[in-house]
Amino acid sequence: MRLRIAFSKHGKIRFTSHRDVARIWERALRRTNLPVAYSEGFTPRPKLSFGLALSTGHESEGEYLDVDLDPEQGADVDLAGLTTHLSAHLPVGMTATGVVVVDRRMPSLQQAVTSCTWQIDVCGVDESTVQAAIGAALAAEELMITRERKGKEVTDDIRPLVFDLAVDQPIEQGVRLITELGTQPRAVRVTELLSALDPPLAEPLLNEPRVLRVHQWITTDDGQRHDPMNVAAAASAPAGVA
Amino acid sequence: MPSGAPSTDLWPRLEPLLPQVQKPARYIGCEDGMQTPEHGSDKTSWLFTYPDTYEIGLPNAGLQILYEIINERPDAAAERSYAPWVDMEELLRREGLPLFSVDTHKPAAEFDVVAFNLSAELTYTNLVNCIDLAGVPIHSARRADADPLIAVGGHCTYNPEPIADFVDLVVLGDGEEVIGDITDLVGEWKRNGKNAGTREGLLRELSKIEGVYVPSMYEVEYDGEFLAAVTPRYPDVPEKVEKRTVTDLADWPYPKQQLVPMTEVVHDRLAVEVFRGCTRGCRFCQAGMITRPVRERPAEQVSRMISEGLQRTGYDEVSLTSLSTADFSGIEKVVADTVSNQGVGQVSVALPSLRVDAFTVGIAAELQRARRTGLTFAPEAGSWRMRQVINKLIRDEDLYGAVESAYSQGWRRMKLYFLTGLPTETDEDTLGIAELGRNCVELGKKYNSSASVTVSVGGFVPKPQTPFQWFGQNTEEELRRKVELLKNDLRGTKGVQLKWHDTRASLAEGITSRGDRRLGAVIEYVWRHGGTFQEWSEHFSIDLWLEALAANGLDVDWYVYRHRTEDEVLPWDHLSAGLHKDFLWQDWRDALEELGLEDCRWTPCYDCGACTGYGIEHVVASATPPAGGSQGTGVDLSAGGAVPVTLQTTKPIGVGG
Repeated sequence: MRLRIAFSKHGKIRFTSHRDVARIWERALRRTNLPVAYSEGFTPRPKLSFGLALSTGHESEGEYLDVDLDPEQGADVDLAGLTTHLSAHLPVGMTATGVVVVDRRMPSLQQAVTSCTWQIDVCGVDESTVQAAIGAALAAEELMITRERKGKEVTDDIRPLVFDLAVDQPIEQGVRLITELGTQPRAVRVTELLSALDPPLAEPLLNEPRVLRVHQWITTDDGQRHDPMNVAAAASAPAGVA
Repeated sequence: MPSGAPSTDLWPRLEPLLPQVQKPARYIGCEDGMQTPEHGSDKTSWLFTYPDTYEIGLPNAGLQILYEIINERPDAAAERSYAPWVDMEELLRREGLPLFSVDTHKPAAEFDVVAFNLSAELTYTNLVNCIDLAGVPIHSARRADADPLIAVGGHCTYNPEPIADFVDLVVLGDGEEVIGDITDLVGEWKRNGKNAGTREGLLRELSKIEGVYVPSMYEVEYDGEFLAAVTPRYPDVPEKVEKRTVTDLADWPYPKQQLVPMTEVVHDRLAVEVFRGCTRGCRFCQAGMITRPVRERPAEQVSRMISEGLQRTGYDEVSLTSLSTADFSGIEKVVADTVSNQGVGQVSVALPSLRVDAFTVGIAAELQRARRTGLTFAPEAGSWRMRQVINKLIRDEDLYGAVESAYSQGWRRMKLYFLTGLPTETDEDTLGIAELGRNCVELGKKYNSSASVTVSVGGFVPKPQTPFQWFGQNTEEELRRKVELLKNDLRGTKGVQLKWHDTRASLAEGITSRGDRRLGAVIEYVWRHGGTFQEWSEHFSIDLWLEALAANGLDVDWYVYRHRTEDEVLPWDHLSAGLHKDFLWQDWRDALEELGLEDCRWTPCYDCGACTGYGIEHVVASATPPAGGSQGTGVDLSAGGAVPVTLQTTKPIGVGG
């Protein structure tokens, strides 16, 4: 049996890395005594599968992981109350927000997720500058970025993956943006978008924007956007809901 | 800082800096087991600080134990700090921010005591840097009444003279009890308002606590370049400071809530201390000399700490820590219980410090039932002759037996640890290291064609309070020549991978380990010239150390390379780990005669002083040593039977020479 767990990450704990979060989950699951399945071999590892990595320092309201349970003991797991139970074993700032059973034949989170919605608080700039930069970016045919890949500089056009970009509301000392960025074939990073704007909003470093992943989306062939938990619910019966 | 001031939370000012530094999780705290103590004008506050990075400092068991003990007191509060990495330090200094605690992000200078663990001499410049970053004057003599007290503990404090100028008080030995005595006195002083002119009086009172050394209470006299005497400035200050020792580990089941970090650290696993102290008597080993006697934790307490600890932390690996874990009376049962405890799932057991003569097929078989961890054996020297000199009485056959046990149980690679530059070492002894490595790989090939060993070689640095404290360290050139000898000998040998410690770092360690108070200016010079993080190869600079010695008119030859004489006053003679100086001298002479000395926990006492001086005894659950190997006797005991006392030291021989 495979469980999909949704969780959030806020506050000080956002400075942990994707790898750190994987280890935090391994320990939390052991403390919860959930019968997690292990790989074979000399160094058996728990069978966990994480979705798209969240950059160190970013917060999130929509993180997911898939957990394979031991086929023999997994059937006995009581899903009611599992989110509360898991949250009690997670550090302050990380909270389990939902658990569903998913079909093991479903594509992995990495393959299935097609876009993410981000909330970006940019400090030290006025709204008109941001509006102008956004307008220019959306009107442009291409938005070129350079990034390092296997030690080489490559240039990419990220414009096709900027699905939505707008000023949300004014905040104290800055501007809040909302954007939806594509993740296939490669997830565009928030910092890549900000640096591609004119003027770039990722500088100066001291005014590092505060970034929150609001949603991850799975777009199906009919063009419908689904929450990763809802797709799972639709594809698996009976669904366990915490 | 007024003692009644509210606690400052620096987090809002630190938070914007973290996206700009490497590994920001170093600075957030948030560990499982973290405490958020309430401070108050009636509470004595301690900041336990490790003067290196978070990854290295967090697992330090000593600091975690004291952190819990202090926080259990209603009249005290403790937090933790670690040396910020160079990128973070630069930002802190630029923003005018001080060293801070990771628990509530409180400025270091708001604590009553900032206490450092000193486990390695090369962290001394970081100690100075942390004091400075706290906004506290680096010299104890310049501190004002209300400044925090700077305290140090840990193994390096058995010769704290090189850092004497920078610290207010030094703790020798086990901290569990003495920390309470210090808190009582500091608390009283705090509640009385830390009034002007009272700091000196407090320090004088502290110096009377057993296990506490206050360097400023002692006058140092020189006779030419030699030390003449270190004497108390007041009649009520002790002439000799004795270490503090807890008699029974069973009374101290700490840490009860081991800190589980949110980011990776060097020892990222549960750790349970199975015993403290070691009487194997390896003459190079400072830890074994200064932590006597042996005090075992009861096996059932060990098992309980393991099962409760694994459940609480969620770790899947436990390390049984001590100076020689295979010597623990209950070892096989504890390992078997742990790996077969279904309640905690798949668990691997790490035995970080293994003597080859006590590592049996039985232990190997139990260990590999769970996940296999790395295995490290420490034969220390390449020949039986050399091992008699250092009193590590294991035969080649013991090593081969242990290695074969491991290969036969499925291990494919292991690590062998050696020292070079030992007293009386010849090239034949050095080359014996390569020979042992080759033979181990040959044994492994019987079980697996890809069998290999890593041979790790460190340059020997003589340490205070050991029989080798009089030995002149090998020169850096000589150590490098020996490493080259091994490199050439092992060139083209398949399956043996040679690794060596930077010989220049061994020299810097030598400068600081047996120095006197004149070294303070050298450490300050290195620090002022940017020499922090000297444990890190990318920051280490031997040139800076040699330049600092020269700038202060001091000589590397005099401090490091020369042999010292019996009548010389050593900088640490007024500090005692319980060992009689004549015992150490006799053991040094025995070493040169290639005479071994029995492990006293299972044989009669030879009066080193550690038990008799303090009226305490070994706490050992078994009257006989664990089965297998030669048990330090050099005689095969695998057929069973008691340990024959054949290697007892001879009667005193002529001194001098």
